[in-house]
Amino acid sequence: MTAAVATAAEPLGVSGHPIAVRMVALRKVFGPIVAVDDVTLEILRGEVFGLLGPNGSGKTTTIRMLCGLLTPTLGTASVAGYDVGRDPEAVKRNIGYMSQKYGLYDDLTVMENIRFYATIYGLHGVARANRIAELTSDMGLDERMNQRAGTLSGGWKQRLALACATAHRPPVLFLDEPTAGVDPASRRRFWERIHELARGGTTILVTTHYMDEASQCTRLAFLSRGHLIAVGTPAEIPPLFGQTTIEDVFVSLQDKDEGPLVGRAAAGAAR
Amino acid sequence: MAGPFGFRSAHVLPMLQKEFIQMRRDRLTLAMLVGIPAIQLMLFGFAIRTEVRHLPMVLLDESRTPQSRSLAEVLQNTGNFDIVGSVANRDAIRIAIERGDAHAALVIPPDFASRLLRGNGAQAQVIVDAADPLSSGAAINAAAIVSASRAMASRNGRAPALDVRVRPWYNPDLRNSTYIVPGLIGVLLSLTLILVTSMAIVRERERGTLEQLIVTPIDKASLMIGKIVPFILVGYVQMTVVLILGKLLFDIPIRGSVPLLYAVTMGFIVANLGIGLLVSTIAETQAQAMQLSFMLLMPNILLSGFMFPREAMPPVAQWIGYALPLTFFLRILRGILLRGSGFAQIWTDAAVLVVFALGLVVASATRFRKTVG
Repeated sequence: MTAAVATAAEPLGVSGHPIAVRMVALRKVFGPIVAVDDVTLEILRGEVFGLLGPNGSGKTTTIRMLCGLLTPTLGTASVAGYDVGRDPEAVKRNIGYMSQKYGLYDDLTVMENIRFYATIYGLHGVARANRIAELTSDMGLDERMNQRAGTLSGGWKQRLALACATAHRPPVLFLDEPTAGVDPASRRRFWERIHELARGGTTILVTTHYMDEASQCTRLAFLSRGHLIAVGTPAEIPPLFGQTTIEDVFVSLQDKDEGPLVGRAAAGAAR
Repeated sequence: MAGPFGFRSAHVLPMLQKEFIQMRRDRLTLAMLVGIPAIQLMLFGFAIRTEVRHLPMVLLDESRTPQSRSLAEVLQNTGNFDIVGSVANRDAIRIAIERGDAHAALVIPPDFASRLLRGNGAQAQVIVDAADPLSSGAAINAAAIVSASRAMASRNGRAPALDVRVRPWYNPDLRNSTYIVPGLIGVLLSLTLILVTSMAIVRERERGTLEQLIVTPIDKASLMIGKIVPFILVGYVQMTVVLILGKLLFDIPIRGSVPLLYAVTMGFIVANLGIGLLVSTIAETQAQAMQLSFMLLMPNILLSGFMFPREAMPPVAQWIGYALPLTFFLRILRGILLRGSGFAQIWTDAAVLVVFALGLVVASATRFRKTVG
């Protein structure tokens, strides 16, 4: 059993901050399709880093490679100081992952879901009981403990999924469109929780299609057709594209990726 | 600590706990797991009969003597014929058979008794509707045996000198259920284990929980063991249900050692779970998993020797049968239950099952590890 469950020596970035996630020339090919091409990116500890781009731009593929769900075709990546290719088990102990599918067991109760994931992450006895109590009060899940996860509404499922993904206090948290299909009040609560985690030193990599969420990130990266085309703070990005808002950047990229809206409408009418 | 395949007991226990909670709450599946054996047992045990009993028969007795009545009685007593009525002439026989009122007729000519008494070789005729050869075959055999024994008996005028009696071993009544029910244990285990295991894993993939599990430090061995062990228990419960119901309803014999049967069944159960796991690595949706499982079910029913004797099959079909664990398990089941076979008689078949189990588990584990990364 390795004692070093805590972060290994994270390399330091140019700013002197530790680098939590590093991708070097990352590439993933599915048959004839290049899903991610030559992505090099560093994310610093405690950042809330937004990964943006149209559907099919390679966001999810990138996150899945960092989590060990996919093996990169080329390039390397390290998470929390561990190499994704060489030490995937150490990476898994140090990350939390939440996708828009939530990964909850519908036929288990809220309590049973949290306890299952906490146990899989190596928590037992008093430590587990304390952590579960802490998570449920943080997420406001106390009154729902005995409810089946399948009967929860979207917002509650999202909170439960976050509780499960952070049961082991992971230093790095990957969120793949965590707020898709959730009401605005729940989204706001969710983001408050994300910022709390970041203040506690958790590094968060999040993908989203909501521009208000993107503007809350410390930095953003734009992906287009598998390529990383811009990195910067929410204020820095729009001028790079000659736009005024992030949303304008997003729409212009989507048009470029999929052809302009007018052209598509015409193609649709011709069909 | 890490063992083979990175196995860690700390991960197996929460997996098992979760699986049992889910199984308990999934009422429909649970009902299926116990209900399917019971329903199939009724279907195969009661409805499907290849031996024909109680074929309705009309009697044209032109002799009207104690001797002719005795012959009719003997035929009726074989259990193969039920005399449903008497008719006056041959036209009436045709009408009764064409209407479907009768499938057989016994014609005893006027001189039956007198020829019998004179020892001149009395004749009686059994007419059988042979449109369905399966149903008529048994009747024709029974009639032939009766006539042979009667002929011998009458020649001496007293007790039969040579009494022709066929003695079917192991299944003296030639009852189909005795043959079918033990085989049904194997068919049911195959069906439910492949189906339920593959669907349980594909469901986790569909709902995104498999992906969620893979990003945790859980080792693949615990994941697989956690999914498989509950179904081993399910398999044994099903076998017990069929054995008990089979004994109570069909009075199937249990001549050999039950502990031996349960022990060698492990190889068969694990082999089928391996197949279920393989199916789960191929199927992407639960519907596909179900279709694939049923596709595998057909050769198991048709080629394993469950319903049709393998000896009658063309060589290709026999070879395919050798690729099915069920073929070997059926021999074990019938050996232990019907013939009282011991380990010495069944060990080669049991060894083949162990090879199947090991091969399938290794193959499916390898594929499983590849597909889940």
